[in-house]
Amino acid sequence: MIRSEILQDIAPILRDHLVVCNIGIPSQELHAIDDQPTNFYMLGTMGLASSIGLGLALAQPKPVIVIDGDGSILTNLGTLPTIGNNCPDNYVLMIIDNGSYGSTGDQPTYTSMKTDLAAMARAAGCETVVEVQDVDTGPALQAALGSGKGTVMIVKCDSGNAKMPVITMDPVVIRDRFMKAVAG
Amino acid sequence: MNIDKRIADDLAANDISFVTTVPCKQLAGVIEEIDHRTDIFHIPSNKEDEGMGLCAGAWMGGKRPAIIMQNTAIGVTINTLATLIQYYRMPLPMIISYRGELREPVACQVEMAVHTKALLAQLNIPTYHFHWQKDVEEFDNILKYTFMCNKPVAILTDANFWGGYGDQ
Repeated sequence: MIRSEILQDIAPILRDHLVVCNIGIPSQELHAIDDQPTNFYMLGTMGLASSIGLGLALAQPKPVIVIDGDGSILTNLGTLPTIGNNCPDNYVLMIIDNGSYGSTGDQPTYTSMKTDLAAMARAAGCETVVEVQDVDTGPALQAALGSGKGTVMIVKCDSGNAKMPVITMDPVVIRDRFMKAVAG
Repeated sequence: MNIDKRIADDLAANDISFVTTVPCKQLAGVIEEIDHRTDIFHIPSNKEDEGMGLCAGAWMGGKRPAIIMQNTAIGVTINTLATLIQYYRMPLPMIISYRGELREPVACQVEMAVHTKALLAQLNIPTYHFHWQKDVEEFDNILKYTFMCNKPVAILTDANFWGGYGDQ
């Protein structure tokens, strides 16, 4: 499976939750598959989805699902110790690890070679780290949400992107409707 | 006057309850003060752009955030300021130690100091420079201004403001 197929699979789960989605094609795919006011799309700023989601989860009680990528996490590796030492129970970081920089032409990342994100997350202090194969993402996400424990999921899948349109929604509109959904 | 306590008191009085920090020697006292307070949640960041991500999320979650960092961080965070904080119109008070200014003992710090105000001006970020201790009296107004206009706002605090480095 590629990322867009996973997103298609888990869209019914995501719909009911606050979602912070990584920059580039992941946000375009989620937007095209199931746009919701509870989705915060990153239009810029590589690497910060996990940090934005962590701030959000620490600030309010609703569950927060971050859809991140291996390339994005590698860009902001300092996020893992911050999560490991401050992880609230309402935080699920789902790293879709396809071993490539999807939005820039599928160049390989180091997770397609020797680097093990699950081991890095554990070493950084993250207590609940689960490794999941693409087809099992839905049940694993449900389990993470139901566990009442902050969770880092590493979802292994194939490299590749669906062709989806660029998001043209104004960033302030995305942010404003998201904040209303958070407060609602 | 205890500047560290004054800054923390003004943050709390403006309902700022989520503060992230990347340390600087000059900021050690205020960071310690914030860490001890029960009315402010302190979460250290490993890098300043990460901290701005945390602040963006906290603000969308209903908390007023602030970041405390060194001016070298302006070099690290330009993309984040432009494409996250400014693009989505988010308020962010940035309490910045202005290293490389008068009474600075470390020459290399001057190399970023000479770019700091120019970079902030290029980004159209409202910028205030605290040089004398009494300048802290503006802090409360600056915080109110930040959350009025939903912009990142820089408060540069130099060595003279913090009382220098002993013999400097």
